[in-house]
Amino acid sequence: MAALEEEFTLSSVHLGTGPDGLLGVEQSDKTDQFLVTDSSRTVILYKVSDQKPLGSWSVKQGQVITCPAVCNFQTGEYIVVHDNKLSAEVYRIHSVQGTEPLVLFKEGAVRGLEVLLAEPQQKIETVISDEEVIKWTKLFMVYRHPVLIYITEKHGAYFAYVQTFHSCVLSKYTLLLGQEEKSVIQSFTASVTRKVISLMSLSSDGCIYETLIPVHPSDPEKSQKVLRSLLLKDIVSGSARNGAALTVLDRDHLAVLGPPLPAAKDCLSIWNTKFQTLQTSKELPQGTSGQVWYYGENLFILHGKFLVVIPYKCEVSSLAGALGKLKHSQDPGTHAMSHFVNWEASQGSGVGSQNSEQSKRIKDSEKHIEVELRKFLATKRTPEFHTTIGDVVIGFVARCKAEPSFYPRNSLMQLIQTHGLSYSLCPGLMEVALEKTDVQMLQLCLQQFPDIPESATCACLKLFLSIGDDSLKEADVSMDSVSDYSDAVHDEKMEQQPKILQNGFNPEENNCNNCDQALSEKHQDTREETTSCPVTPKRAALFRNAVLHAAYSEAFLLPHLKDVPAQHITLFLQYLYFLYLKCNENATMTLPGIHPPTLNQIMDWICLLLDANFTVVVMIPEAKRLLLNLYKFVKSQICICSELNKIEVSFRELQKLNQEKNNRELYSIEVLELF
Amino acid sequence: MGEFNVHRVRFFNYVPSGIRCVAYNNQSNRLAVSRTDGTVEIYNLSANYFQEKFFPGHESRATEALCWAKGQRLFSAGLNGEIIEYDLQALNVKYAVDAFGGPVWSMATSPSGSQLLVSNQVGCEDGSVKLFQITPDKIQFERNFDRQKSRILSLSWHPSGTHIAAGSIDYISVFDVKSGSAIHKILVDRQYMGVSKRKCIIWGVAFLSDGTIISVDSAGKVQFWDSATGTLVKSHLIANADVQSIAVSDQEDSFVVGTAEGTVFHFQLVSVTSNSSERQWVRTKPFQHHTHDVRTVAHSPTALISGGTDTHLVIRPLMEKVEVKNYDAALRKITFPHVSITPNPQGPHLYPIRRCLISCSKRKQLLLFQFAHHLELWRLGSTVATGKMGEGKNGDTLPLSKDADHLLHLKTKGPENIICSCISPCGSWIAYSTASRFFLYRLNYERDNISLQRVSDATVSRTVESMCLLAVSPDGNWLAASGTSAGVHVYNLKHLKLHCTVPAYNFPVTALAIAPNTNNLVIAHSDQQVFEYSIPDKQYTEWSRNIQKQGFHYLWLQRDTPITHISFHPKRPMHILLHDAYMFCIIDKSLPLPNDKTLLYNPLPPTNESDVIRRRTAHAFKISKIYKPLLFMDLLDERTLVAVERPLDDIIAQLPPPIKKKKFGT
Repeated sequence: MAALEEEFTLSSVHLGTGPDGLLGVEQSDKTDQFLVTDSSRTVILYKVSDQKPLGSWSVKQGQVITCPAVCNFQTGEYIVVHDNKLSAEVYRIHSVQGTEPLVLFKEGAVRGLEVLLAEPQQKIETVISDEEVIKWTKLFMVYRHPVLIYITEKHGAYFAYVQTFHSCVLSKYTLLLGQEEKSVIQSFTASVTRKVISLMSLSSDGCIYETLIPVHPSDPEKSQKVLRSLLLKDIVSGSARNGAALTVLDRDHLAVLGPPLPAAKDCLSIWNTKFQTLQTSKELPQGTSGQVWYYGENLFILHGKFLVVIPYKCEVSSLAGALGKLKHSQDPGTHAMSHFVNWEASQGSGVGSQNSEQSKRIKDSEKHIEVELRKFLATKRTPEFHTTIGDVVIGFVARCKAEPSFYPRNSLMQLIQTHGLSYSLCPGLMEVALEKTDVQMLQLCLQQFPDIPESATCACLKLFLSIGDDSLKEADVSMDSVSDYSDAVHDEKMEQQPKILQNGFNPEENNCNNCDQALSEKHQDTREETTSCPVTPKRAALFRNAVLHAAYSEAFLLPHLKDVPAQHITLFLQYLYFLYLKCNENATMTLPGIHPPTLNQIMDWICLLLDANFTVVVMIPEAKRLLLNLYKFVKSQICICSELNKIEVSFRELQKLNQEKNNRELYSIEVLELF
Repeated sequence: MGEFNVHRVRFFNYVPSGIRCVAYNNQSNRLAVSRTDGTVEIYNLSANYFQEKFFPGHESRATEALCWAKGQRLFSAGLNGEIIEYDLQALNVKYAVDAFGGPVWSMATSPSGSQLLVSNQVGCEDGSVKLFQITPDKIQFERNFDRQKSRILSLSWHPSGTHIAAGSIDYISVFDVKSGSAIHKILVDRQYMGVSKRKCIIWGVAFLSDGTIISVDSAGKVQFWDSATGTLVKSHLIANADVQSIAVSDQEDSFVVGTAEGTVFHFQLVSVTSNSSERQWVRTKPFQHHTHDVRTVAHSPTALISGGTDTHLVIRPLMEKVEVKNYDAALRKITFPHVSITPNPQGPHLYPIRRCLISCSKRKQLLLFQFAHHLELWRLGSTVATGKMGEGKNGDTLPLSKDADHLLHLKTKGPENIICSCISPCGSWIAYSTASRFFLYRLNYERDNISLQRVSDATVSRTVESMCLLAVSPDGNWLAASGTSAGVHVYNLKHLKLHCTVPAYNFPVTALAIAPNTNNLVIAHSDQQVFEYSIPDKQYTEWSRNIQKQGFHYLWLQRDTPITHISFHPKRPMHILLHDAYMFCIIDKSLPLPNDKTLLYNPLPPTNESDVIRRRTAHAFKISKIYKPLLFMDLLDERTLVAVERPLDDIIAQLPPPIKKKKFGT
């Protein structure tokens, strides 16, 4: 995520800047040191980390520096041109690491500095036509060879010249402005890849356009035309007092300086060109000169009268990150720019009409993904397999969120079943599945993921409880262990309740006699109720196979359980109680089926649900019988425990008596036979 | 094969004294152990931890310090203010020297072994350190070090011999040996778990060659100090009670401390990371083999040795130092003295030299129990079933027609402990001896009344080399004697001259007996070998040669207590009866010897087995492990045995209660 850090002023002494700001900021041969050339007579060398000048040079009175001082990286000297003079009028001197400084003359000719100095009076040819003026220039290193680009303007038309020194070819391109013929280009910046220079221009209409110019022209003789395309729309207000500027930060990021609205103050903003999102912005209330330089990780801006340095950091960009920034861009020190256009709007307005087409495209892409995935899964598993599939799922989830109709369900299921995924590897997956009410997927996740947070478990539980039976019918839920016995449920006869409870206490004596009697009247019904499963087998399967087995920590789960509606809690409690009774049917206290929930899991869940919702559940009439049953059950348990304690103490006493008897035998006569 | 009525006696109310000091001697691999009653025992660690020598205790001689000096000389000092040297040959006290002060708290020999440092109390609380020179036949006072304001309870020499560290109450002093002045006084924090205790007693110090002083104190701390600067380097809080003892290995890469909670901690100098040369002291292993205070610890090259109030001597081998898995690799817990008796079946001849806690009169069915300062005489009970065999099955308890009686309680005079005692087989003589005197009494039985008549009171004169074990043949012709050095000598008593010498064997003799009629001498050694030597033929018997050829059963060799008593059956000449603390065995020489594949110990009767199988599996060793710990077992008559047991629980019940430790966070 791109971010601007706290700015700092390079020098408290303000620079003697003219109305046009600084002449330039250039790198020196030391990484932390920069040459600042003001528009009058002075060059200052700053050490940025120390925020202080290391040295300064001035030209004589009457002389004026006409282009920014540069450092000759080969000799370590600083070069400055005063009064335009060298052999002809100089536009700029370029100096980059790895090559000698190159001098660009106002007439478009380019010379190496050494050649010029060796023969100062040599003739400099004219390259550009009479009324053409150089607007901007930049030097790149492409495959260790310098490539120079400069832009000229003539009567509102713009031309780009690319000079390669390796093959000494100069090619000229006419920039076609497209619809916005009349706009004035305020600022240029460019980046280069191996083959293409990407020239970005900020027009007076506030938009940024991109023009791609080949480094090595296919036909250098011919004058060629290049079209510019819209990159970002309405970035700055067209009527900037001091103009606006932009500079490329890295492959995907641009820094734009200028007021976002006509009345607004100047603002430095970082844009992601890939996702067309605003990454961060910083208001510069004291106004700027409309110039921005970027070297290393520092942005140099003349803010008011002071040169400020704003460090810029950019972590690897991702869609999720980009989206995240849009959602909550409240970083301290930056402003949420509501007046910036929503990036989706700049995508164009053709989305709606292409809906059906798009869904078809999405279905195709899902199928394609499925095929590719199958191929990938068929290959041998590498050690990075887990992270790889995690990344794949994250990619899917990001796209699901971006494109609501995209949902590669089969692929996701396939990935989950590789047993390589966990919740933390793909945090958004369950969220998406919850959104889509995909119970099968959730069931699978609950079974496979070892690290599901309690909030997610509880969200699943809520969904399972609230989802309509109709939609459940459609879902293809794994019925692993439930089907085995739910059919047989009705045939089985439970032992009568009081008999079960008689273990360890006498029901006649208990003070719950009245309710017991009330209950025994309806005994037949109760039995019916407790022996038949209160939920459909499919829902039961969801509970049993998924939720009950999920790992949880009580402290974290309880607050979430409180949000579950009371009716649902009751239903779930009834189901758990039913499971408990099923457990009691056999001697081993287990449920039939493959991998059934244990008695402890069932009891823990009952306790948890009651802990979280007792005050609510106790008010619900339907839950009354259930609670009474549970109460009696707990009471009988307590009685059993106390009886067991009594027995244990008696045994201990017996043992003690026995020991004493042994100890007291200080003398005896015994029979010994040796074998 | 054999069916006996066994008088199972558990009323021998014997409680060993607590261990106060242990001192390990590296050259001879011997361990000296002193007990609170002043007894000093010498264990031979090379000979299967056999207790080969012992010096009887003395009422006034409570040892506080024990140390070895150059030339295998053993010194002890105690609260009576005397320094004692022991004669390891004659097994007596060589001399006692007054240390010119009050009670001695601590003593240490210099690294060269030629100087002895003693700390004693002067006046009420003042502590002084005195230097003694060890001369070839005595020790000589050299000088006093600076007097200190409080008692000095622990001393440690720097390995170079130039400085000493002395642990006192609330501080540690460092002395310069040359000048005798204290050059450092290191104050120790009294704090204990945030609470200020009244005093912090430095129970032990160890001075390492790099200048580090390790101290253990009553606040439960083990602390490392830099002696040059007097600063605390590191502190380990290891116990909620006192840490009472410390011992460092010779390599100074490991040490052991003992706490009042019965725990022993092992500390080791280990590399901080692998391949790193930087090393630090780390608490590596805790051991809980004691129930009571661990008063003393020692560190041999291969084992940690600890002893304390609970009377056990525990030898815990360091598994990483033990190369072969054998005897030395096993944990040893020695509780009882390796008692042995010297029976004289006929006549009033008594040869009481070795410590024997129990003796018995077969004819009168009497048992004589020996305690530190008194003797007890008991008469065994009887059953109506006595003499009629076949009345009970194996393990049955027979009804008693008469219970055992306590006949006599005989107190000694003087401060010396009883070394040994004996009752004659006829039951009419009792003899006992202390280190310096010998007493003989005649018993007269008049129905149930007993009168005692003192016959003799002789002063014991000593030979140059003491004999440890004696055995007299039943016909009174032969005497076998085993001394402190190897070899058993057989004397002809008729002619009073040496008859022959049994070939020397590496391991000490633990029990000796001469069989009636055949005059075969049976010898048991501490490595669990048993030999039979024919005295008339002056050679080993055929059976002995056979068993040496075939070797003993591996389980027999793995027992860890020595055989302490051998006797013979009057009617069955092929039987040898012997026992150690955990088993009783009858060797039937007529049966085949067991090999390693046969079952050595068969506790169950061979029911439902044909005689053929029974005969095939029967072997010469008939073992019973019912009685344990077995202190004494002998044949009263051909069908009756007496077994004296002393259950450990009974001993523990008589000890002071241990420090309560919380269990399970309650």
